[in-house]
Amino acid sequence: MIKFSLLNNTKYSFLKNINPYLFIAPAILILLLLLVFPIIKVFQFSLYNNCIIIDKPEWVGLKHFYDLLSDTIFFKAFTNTVIFTFFSVIFHLILGFIFALLLNQPINNKALAYFRIILILPWIFTATIVAINWRLLLDPMGIINYLLNQLGIINSYLEWFGSYSLALPALILVNIWRGYPFIMVSLLAGLQGIQSNLYEAAEVDGANEWQKIIYITIPQLKPIILSVGVLDTIWTFRLFPLIWLTTGGGPGNSTEMLSTYTYKLAFEQFKFSKASALAVVILVVVTSLSYFYVKQQKQLE
Amino acid sequence: MKNNKKKILIYVALILISCIVGFPIFWMLAMSFRSNVEIFKVPPSLIPEKFTFEPYIEILSNTEYLNFFKNSYFIAIIVTLFSLVVASFAGYGFSRFEFKGKKLSNLFIVATQTIPPISLLIPYFGLIVVFKLYNTRLGLILTYTSFCLPYSILMMTGYMNTIPTELDEAILVDGGNRIVALFRVILPIAVPGIIATGIYTFMLAWNEFLFALTLTKSIDMRTIPVGISLLMGEHAYKWNLMMSMSILGSLPLLILYLFAQKSFISGLSAGSIKG
Repeated sequence: MIKFSLLNNTKYSFLKNINPYLFIAPAILILLLLLVFPIIKVFQFSLYNNCIIIDKPEWVGLKHFYDLLSDTIFFKAFTNTVIFTFFSVIFHLILGFIFALLLNQPINNKALAYFRIILILPWIFTATIVAINWRLLLDPMGIINYLLNQLGIINSYLEWFGSYSLALPALILVNIWRGYPFIMVSLLAGLQGIQSNLYEAAEVDGANEWQKIIYITIPQLKPIILSVGVLDTIWTFRLFPLIWLTTGGGPGNSTEMLSTYTYKLAFEQFKFSKASALAVVILVVVTSLSYFYVKQQKQLE
Repeated sequence: MKNNKKKILIYVALILISCIVGFPIFWMLAMSFRSNVEIFKVPPSLIPEKFTFEPYIEILSNTEYLNFFKNSYFIAIIVTLFSLVVASFAGYGFSRFEFKGKKLSNLFIVATQTIPPISLLIPYFGLIVVFKLYNTRLGLILTYTSFCLPYSILMMTGYMNTIPTELDEAILVDGGNRIVALFRVILPIAVPGIIATGIYTFMLAWNEFLFALTLTKSIDMRTIPVGISLLMGEHAYKWNLMMSMSILGSLPLLILYLFAQKSFISGLSAGSIKG
């Protein structure tokens, strides 16, 4: 206890006031070093030629960005990324909402726990494993083709990841399977926060199940829906591993995404500068979405 | 009664959905215990004709593959511990104080969570090579911290916010300082929060693929996600081997998940609901 009283002495009292900055300093310094510094670097790389490869890269200004604008693969990747993100997020929200509603029902708690365990499961596995798993499932000789044929839905053995037209839909399907648990859990938490007297009042007014959902549940959940929707959009837009390990951006460019194209430019074609420009584009898009997200979070408070 | 009918419908829906959603995982499990000839057998069977542990034994007796596990565990544990320590301090600072620049710092940390890994990859590659950290575990540990730390800070701040400040006050009134308050009082109470943060951080590091793929080169430095993808190239048609490796590679997460569900789920939702 003698130690404590030392700080009441004015010589050491500055320790009491300087504290907040000391506590957060390590974290902020580390993040500045690990994040801000590299981001500045990537902007720098995008404005020079032949970065990383040669010692004295030459300044080219916005040349790489202009190159991107005339690059057909860039536009295909951009379109694919938007389509992929849009459908993934929409179905994440829809499925997440439906499943959350089902898990919020007044049935046996133990049963609910088991169902919840199973429904969250897809999210636990790493992208590599999800990719292999689905490559096996969607193999032309695999179980899904077999089941679809048995059920009479299709008549041949589809190539899925190997087909120009089916690869992107297949990817979207896998991503929907993999990503809905996050939305579901968030919405479930939100559902449990809705006051029951709102529902009771609606019942008194003669509302049925559908009306309760449309007029009470959804409006109450709107902040969370927007919140997780924007987060999911950000995460899906920049996704890499799942796409890389199922289709690698192919066949052809049918599933090329901004992230896979950046990777190829940098580590297969060694065009680090052009890749940096693309990385900057991705960063700017995601940052705009994040700005949106943060602004919306502030509104919540 | 209408209520019972509704209950039955809900059960049916949940069972149906669980079967559909859980099927891929079940299939992965089922395929991992059989010999390769049975993988594409027609008609396919849920239970293998010849149940065998052969694929698992092959993985576990191969030192190259075991190295993948070693690397993944090592890196994930170190990153988690480091993040927890730094995040505990930072979380305490954000939770207990009002100071100039607090809003900005908080915003900074929230913003860093959303930086795309691919945008960081190119400068990281350049820097890692320059600092001779290419193909090292340390290189991965440092780069993983970039995305594990912000999340840990946000989670720890959130948890500490739920602990009443009266407890700190008690220590301060007695003449103690903040450090004592943190270690003697707050951290012990925040243990559930620390566990939840630790589990989620561990999962983030364990599942990472892009940095591990690009910033390491030799087979002895690879982690599980990259290792499995290399297997895909090498033994393209040994599906049973890849399925068993997948199960083994997911074990820590599955175990953590099954035994610490509440922590997992609170980690999941903490990121979205709290700003």
